[in-house]
Amino acid sequence: MTRPSLALFAIGLIVVMGSVGCKKSTSPSTLKPTALAVALVESSGGKQIGATGAVLSQPIVVQANDEQGNAVPGALVELSGPAGVSFDPSAGLTDSSGQFTTNVALGGMAGRYQITATTLTKTQTKVELKLEEIALGYQAQVGHQLDEKYCVRCHDPESTPERVSNYDNLETKPHAFTDGNTLNQMTDADLTAIIGHGGPALNKSALMPPYGYTLNKTDMQALIAYIRLVSDPLYQGSGMVYVQK
Amino acid sequence: MWRALFGDPVRAFGVVSLLLLISLAIAPAKNYFSEWRHYQNQYLSLIRSRGDAVTLQRHLQGGIQQIWLPDLGVVDRCTTCHVGLKEPSLADVSTQPFRRHPVIPHKLDEFGCVVCHRGQGAATTVEEAHRSTLAWEQPILPARYIESSCGQCHRGALAGTPQLNLGRTLLARYGCVHCHTVKLPDGGTMRATDDPPSLSHIADMTTREWIYAWLRDPQAYAVSATMPNFRLSDPDTRDISAFLIANSTPMPGDTASLPPASKAPPDPTAAASLYGESFCASCHAVQNAAGNVVGGDVGPELTRVGNKVRPEWLQAWLRNPRGYDAETAMPHYRLNDQQVTLLSDYLEGKTDSDLLANVHLESATPEQIAHGKTLVAEYGCAACHEISGIKKPENFAPELTRIGSKPITQLIFLPGMSHTLPDYISAKIREPRSFGTALKMPQFSFAPAEVDALTTALLSLTDRSQSLPRALTVPSPQSSSYEPAGKAGKLMADLACFSCHAINGRGGDMAPDLTWEGSAVQRPWLQAFLKNPNTLRPALIRRMPRFNLSDSDINELTDYIMTVYQKPDVDRDSMPASGYPATQVEQGKQLFYAKYACQSCHIVDTKTDKGYIGPTLTQVGSRLNAAWIYNWLKNPQSLRPGAIEPNFNMSDDDARALTAFLMMQRNSGKQEAKK
Repeated sequence: MTRPSLALFAIGLIVVMGSVGCKKSTSPSTLKPTALAVALVESSGGKQIGATGAVLSQPIVVQANDEQGNAVPGALVELSGPAGVSFDPSAGLTDSSGQFTTNVALGGMAGRYQITATTLTKTQTKVELKLEEIALGYQAQVGHQLDEKYCVRCHDPESTPERVSNYDNLETKPHAFTDGNTLNQMTDADLTAIIGHGGPALNKSALMPPYGYTLNKTDMQALIAYIRLVSDPLYQGSGMVYVQK
Repeated sequence: MWRALFGDPVRAFGVVSLLLLISLAIAPAKNYFSEWRHYQNQYLSLIRSRGDAVTLQRHLQGGIQQIWLPDLGVVDRCTTCHVGLKEPSLADVSTQPFRRHPVIPHKLDEFGCVVCHRGQGAATTVEEAHRSTLAWEQPILPARYIESSCGQCHRGALAGTPQLNLGRTLLARYGCVHCHTVKLPDGGTMRATDDPPSLSHIADMTTREWIYAWLRDPQAYAVSATMPNFRLSDPDTRDISAFLIANSTPMPGDTASLPPASKAPPDPTAAASLYGESFCASCHAVQNAAGNVVGGDVGPELTRVGNKVRPEWLQAWLRNPRGYDAETAMPHYRLNDQQVTLLSDYLEGKTDSDLLANVHLESATPEQIAHGKTLVAEYGCAACHEISGIKKPENFAPELTRIGSKPITQLIFLPGMSHTLPDYISAKIREPRSFGTALKMPQFSFAPAEVDALTTALLSLTDRSQSLPRALTVPSPQSSSYEPAGKAGKLMADLACFSCHAINGRGGDMAPDLTWEGSAVQRPWLQAFLKNPNTLRPALIRRMPRFNLSDSDINELTDYIMTVYQKPDVDRDSMPASGYPATQVEQGKQLFYAKYACQSCHIVDTKTDKGYIGPTLTQVGSRLNAAWIYNWLKNPQSLRPGAIEPNFNMSDDDARALTAFLMMQRNSGKQEAKK
């Protein structure tokens, strides 16, 4: 029972390690910025769910802006992350539309990874932009697949043309798996009960059907590992108290 | 000095003894100061301050540890230093070598370490175990390619290895295996899924100018094209296009000529709605204004199809695609002349004025054509495409059956590249010609994640994967070559049912599996559906198109489906279609709405229910067989493996009551629609 919760404590640590294990693969000194920005904003690529060690499917794109919020081409952007994270490239100048694009491979440990993009302003101070990415290990990966197959259509309010969400059609609204404020209150046993026996097992809506005769124990553990990994705010397992002692 | 030490016998004896003692002490000292002992001591001080130190210490066995698995050829001493692999309470430890192993479906004692991670299992120092020092050949596999190891034993797709699955799909979809042979351990070879068109009759379909533009840059015509860029020079492109046109013969029997152009004012809305109603977009994509490619990937992208195909060819194709390509995945829509003209005008209008603007070709000389033929043979075009007069080259490119175990001494690296096999493979995929401009391998346009996926799939092709005992491998599901028989079988081939539906293990996954369709549905409903398919699932954008079938064709198909696609253990006559007592129906209604809350996914009453996931059930009583509904409620996965409706472990009484309630759902609107 404590296994997934403990894993999540490790995740917290990875985030902390961000400041320790910075890795610079290309020397930024060879790049000379032709312009300076005052702010960095995310264009795309944050909050992706990838796999441990793998390249994220979308690149990270950040934009350098000036005081008026206009894009600045030629500003030097550097990226850094916790140990094991690699960037291709790790530093570069923003293009003509003021954007810098880089491909990111996450480290070998499952968890949340905080990526920091920095640029220097005119006053030689550093401005930072923090992005978070999630690396799934094998177990959470399996959970992710199960989520895609059985759960998202109701638990994710986002609709796409390919996958219309059923969220709006439900009288009692399900909780998104990222809804940490609610799901973090539930123990692994609670989650196992509600997945296995449906909503009524915890006096909740019968609209949540039981999956205990469809999924096996390993599947449910994988699903819980996944839910714990993507919850926002981060899930702090009860096990950590014991570890810290 | 010599005299001082060995001057007299006694002294010499003493010195020699001392030397002997020292030399005897070397081995124990080496052992004492060994790297692994250092790590074990470090581990002890790491766990000392923890709450469960006693338990952890009890689990720790000192000395050199070894996992020995003769079946797999594994002698792994990794656990000598990696002492905390099996300790769940070490989840917060991130320093190596003391991390806990993440949860995987295998036991370390049964598989060892090197089967997945590679490296030298027998080594007891970090350098020797992890890197290619000395004469070792196997460095540790970087985590980003770790899924390749699963692929050594698991030949089919696995839920936990999306990267490996993607890589294998890409190898087949981008036709890598047309040129590179990949022999599978079970005796077969990996098959491509891209189905490149025959070029023997290409002049019927398109112009030399289009071929020229396509060869220069296939992705300029269609961003989703799987054909790679061969980086041809202008003269070479000119000559190849000249050869392909000169070599093309008219399709026998394909005497399609345009009916005298009845230039009625084209109706753009009617054409677009015919394109939509025919669900062309289920298989064909079009790039929208925002640059996104929207639609299916079974057929080619149609964004600029007007630049490519000749109107007379397109009309013949729309009339019956099997006339030009007997094996095409495109169904034979029974379109009337007016519809054919409408669609072909609409598609011919999809052009990009820039594409052919700068292509000006003078008529080809015999030398150019001959040179074109040489180039076509040199670049191995016939490895993928059928070209009359050119034989498909055998083993055109290096075989990749054991590429994952290729010794790095046999590789030629580029300056500045790190000398590892994964880096070599991914560099080759990313930019093949960087290894030499004379190389023939073309340039693909893969995203970085796709390059990693392909590398992962290739790294799984190891010596071990070839030599594993059969009992230790998990084979991929057998591909089926099922062919329906008789007239109905011919009809199903003509309609390309298998492009979307699977039956008995063969076919696509876009539409429902029809293996037991005869047990599931009622005959009148099936007939009406084939005549005019109406959707059962409101949220789907991919739907069954209308093929304009004749009544006799519909009867033929219905007869075949109702008699052949029967599940033996579902007795269609075991439950009546109607006549259920009102109390049972009422009980079923209660169960539907309260106990099982089926309305979360299904709609029975369009006024109150909104569920959007399962099929609409408003007319289920005239669509499905009662015994099928009952069996489905008892265990959906037994009827359709992988169905997402959960198994409720329903009692027989509940299932019977629900069946009664559902069989009452016959909408009178249905009857009207049929008329």
